[in-house]
Amino acid sequence: MDSYHTPQSIPRRSASSRPKEHCLGATPLQRRLESVRKQASRAPASPPRRVPQRRSQLREDVDPQKVAFLLHKQWTLYSLTPLYKFSYTNLKEYSKLLSAFIAAEKQKGLAVEVGADLNIRVSFSALRGVKGTHRDPDAVLVQILSKSPLPSESGEVKVLWTGWFCCVFGDSLLETVPEDFTCLPLFLASGAETSTALVGTWFQKTFDCSFSPLAINAFNLSWMAAMWTACQVDRYVATTEFLWSVPCSPQSLDISYAIHPEDAKALWDSVHRAPGEVTQEEVDLFMECLCSHFHRHFKIHLSATRLVRVSTSVASAHTDGKIKILCHKYLIGVLAYLTELAIFQIE
Amino acid sequence: MSPQKRVKNSQTPKRTSRHSNSYQSNLLAWKLKENLSNSKSISKHGQNSTVEDSEHADADELARDALQIAMRYFDKGPFNTPWNKDKTLEKHLKTVENVAWKNGLAPEGIDILLNVALSGKFGSAVNSQILRCMIPATLISEDSVVKAVSWLCAGKCCGSTKILFYRWLVAMFDFIDRKEKINLLYGFFFASLQDDALCPYVCHFLYLLTKKENVKPFRVRKLLDLQVKMGMQPYLHALLSLYKFFVPTLISISLPIKKKIYFKNSENLWKTALVAVRQRNQGLSPEPLKLMLGPANVRPGKRKWNSHSLIPVLSSSSHSKEYGKEGMSLSDYLCSNTPFPVEQLKSFLQLLQNIHCLELPSQMGAVLNNSLLLHYINCVRDESVLLRLYHWLNQTLQEECIWYKVNNYECGKEFTSFLDTIIKAECFLQEGFYSCEAFLYKSLPLWDGFCCRTQFLQLVSWIPFTSFSEVKPFIFDCLAQLFFTSTIYFKCSVLENLKELLQNWLLWLSMDIHMKNVMDNSLETTLSGSMKSVFELIHYVGWLSTNALRLESNSTFLLHFVLDFYEKVCDIYINYNLPLVVLFPPGIFYLALLSVDSSILNQLCYIMHRYRNNLTAAKKNELVLKIKSEFIFSSKTYQEYNHYLTAMVGCLWTSKPFQKGSYFDPEVFKKIGVAKYKTSLNLVHHPALLSYAISFLLKEWTEERTVNLSSIRGKKWNGYLDYLFSEGLQGLKHFIQSSICHSSVP
Repeated sequence: MDSYHTPQSIPRRSASSRPKEHCLGATPLQRRLESVRKQASRAPASPPRRVPQRRSQLREDVDPQKVAFLLHKQWTLYSLTPLYKFSYTNLKEYSKLLSAFIAAEKQKGLAVEVGADLNIRVSFSALRGVKGTHRDPDAVLVQILSKSPLPSESGEVKVLWTGWFCCVFGDSLLETVPEDFTCLPLFLASGAETSTALVGTWFQKTFDCSFSPLAINAFNLSWMAAMWTACQVDRYVATTEFLWSVPCSPQSLDISYAIHPEDAKALWDSVHRAPGEVTQEEVDLFMECLCSHFHRHFKIHLSATRLVRVSTSVASAHTDGKIKILCHKYLIGVLAYLTELAIFQIE
Repeated sequence: MSPQKRVKNSQTPKRTSRHSNSYQSNLLAWKLKENLSNSKSISKHGQNSTVEDSEHADADELARDALQIAMRYFDKGPFNTPWNKDKTLEKHLKTVENVAWKNGLAPEGIDILLNVALSGKFGSAVNSQILRCMIPATLISEDSVVKAVSWLCAGKCCGSTKILFYRWLVAMFDFIDRKEKINLLYGFFFASLQDDALCPYVCHFLYLLTKKENVKPFRVRKLLDLQVKMGMQPYLHALLSLYKFFVPTLISISLPIKKKIYFKNSENLWKTALVAVRQRNQGLSPEPLKLMLGPANVRPGKRKWNSHSLIPVLSSSSHSKEYGKEGMSLSDYLCSNTPFPVEQLKSFLQLLQNIHCLELPSQMGAVLNNSLLLHYINCVRDESVLLRLYHWLNQTLQEECIWYKVNNYECGKEFTSFLDTIIKAECFLQEGFYSCEAFLYKSLPLWDGFCCRTQFLQLVSWIPFTSFSEVKPFIFDCLAQLFFTSTIYFKCSVLENLKELLQNWLLWLSMDIHMKNVMDNSLETTLSGSMKSVFELIHYVGWLSTNALRLESNSTFLLHFVLDFYEKVCDIYINYNLPLVVLFPPGIFYLALLSVDSSILNQLCYIMHRYRNNLTAAKKNELVLKIKSEFIFSSKTYQEYNHYLTAMVGCLWTSKPFQKGSYFDPEVFKKIGVAKYKTSLNLVHHPALLSYAISFLLKEWTEERTVNLSSIRGKKWNGYLDYLFSEGLQGLKHFIQSSICHSSVP
């Protein structure tokens, strides 16, 4: 062994030190790995999940306007590792720092818009109530606003970019992370990608976290389709639609499959057994029924193609990691599932 | 339920055979072939221009010939017949199209076709058909483009052809080999902006072409005029902002911030072709684009935010300065007088002097590139430091992992070098990262066993010490599947890396136990757990090896790697001071003992010799300390060793192999017809040593015509032994000296 090895007198708790089995007070790293193992072992067969709750779990102090603003908008999803030394008391300070950072980056001439006016302002705020349990940290909203050059026209503020961070029922992650860290594993952005990149870079530098695009695979899309179909919606605002993609060249071939939401609900009710709980078998059966019906009419095996988009009255999701939430009532339910996916990705 | 089917298909896939990659249209070969087939056609068919010979030629040659003929047709061919009724033209177009989409066209081919398309020899429909299939095999020569542009001035082609030509230029811009001459024509292109229909496309092309010296006041004026005339078009806006970027003083108007796309994606006609060309130009796998159904291509690409490198740049954190004002902890307070920024850290001495007040990097990932900070990481007790590194590494590994992506060879190199950096850091620290283990859990089941093989197996060898049975389902079961289905070389490298893994675990444990001895008394329980884990690893490798040897029909090459592993195993007790002795399975032992390769036999002798030393040392300690570690030195281990020893002595020395207690039933020998096996196995007759015996006899008694092997006995036997030892069979020497009493000379 080389001479630079660890001094022997110090008990080692370094990058890989693994306390022995049955050791009390396992380190956070140890607990993380345990949880990863659990995740990895159950990957093929998903456990039953709860249908998103009907009753909105938003707490009373939530600003309804802010929540409305999250709906009907397309968000790009990212997973985010825990933020180090993030503090809710410093949000104002962060606003200043991030605006300064964006201004500095733009002046470097990295962006195409040379000579653009840098009249922008960044606002940080906590979205209180967008959480599943009391243990979940508050969601954080970040906006880049255009500052009007004339101070008199202060009424007109244009939002250039919006992004928010949230954690809904993120217990599995929260359990394993010490206090220095804030877990907001799901990040949703809407606006120019250059802005997302700037904000992301600043967050990565400031809170030593890491962003990664969150794709939704066909497996999870099926789950979403089933869970969202199961939701009781007062008024159907959209048809239930599935988009399948056939890989062929030069342009891919897309097959859109739209069903009346009530038909979809009826089908779901026929495959669904235990109330309030969705199982893998039910999801599989639901999708199988849809596909076999399609095959009967068009002689196309949808199972041989790839599901790329699911849209319902509750929300619509694209495999590229884009989501649009339509129903206020199920906002928390949708976010809970997305949080689960994000946590799975960062582990 | 009322399903509505909508099938969107914007372009009919008529060129279906495009992907069946058969040959590369190599220019040189093409020219050569052309000459050949010229002479052939003359000799065989006289003046007949529609050559349809070569029935014997294979499909490749046919296709190649067809292309040459088509090219010749376009180059010189008789155009006297009206084009729309010309069957020949149609046929040739088809040929060119097929080849173009399949393999791309050589620069000369493109030159000819551009000439044809823009010279107006045919109608616009044909011209556009030609332009659409002008896909380079690798590059486009600049001269062809210049020549083509000169046709534009001649006014022979119509507007739509011109538009298509500019779109083609934009799409293929990166594949034009040089741009100096084209840039000289800047004035001409700029003048084409006048044409309203062409303007957007010319703008896009100029956007790609413009250099700083092209930005002139009169051009700015012209652009501004155009803007007044046509309104604020995004394409003009793009060009203007580019001009402003180059020469900010020339343009005084402020351009609004607009993040819209400036240009319509005009390359989409050639989209798939472009990917293929890029792939060809990277010189990697000429295989066709894959159409994937799996989750592989659904990952959206995140454009690199920090463009330079995967590993963040080292810069000290700003937490303590800016945000820590309120909740300052005691330790912060103590070192707050002079925080030492990591950027200034240059020597190990500095690290030692400032270790208490080191200002850590804002992004922990940066430590991977800094050996001094790796020292720090090695002894730091702050869990959050390690967690930051863990999370970052975890996410980065997963995001960059190339077998989640498709057609992304460029990232492949980056990923490989990233893995190399990690492995370097692990070697430096002499321990693995948790993140890498977690990464293996997820990625090993998807690994093809080929991509980044060296790095990936090295990651396996750096799995931190753990309970073997716990990680087996995630790592070692997957590895076994790949192992059994891969080549012998893969098997060897897996064994090699498992040996490394064993060594890393043993080193770690031997360090750990010394510390534990000092600290707590409950040694036995944890130690037995650790030993069990090591035992299971060795057992697993034994199982892999036995089966692999069977699969590879007892390959000597593979057996070397197996024995290398056991060379580590046999010395655990003495080298690492760990109470564990595990013997090899009989499947390996007997194979090595009866091998025809002397180096294998030699290695086996060495291992047996080391086993003996370890076992006797253990026995001695046992007697001295009077504590018996129940989990290692069961009498079974000794019994097993003695079996092996008896078999070896029988085979090498006493010529009485496989007697009592051996794994072989004597009936077996009768059945296979080796009745005389008893005399045919000893140091002289052993198949691995036979050649030594003969050359020994020849050397000593050169004049003898016949060699009598059985003459090696008594004194000669001792001479023979010395001869063997002098030939480098040191393992054999150790074994004989330690395990065989010399009085028993036969």
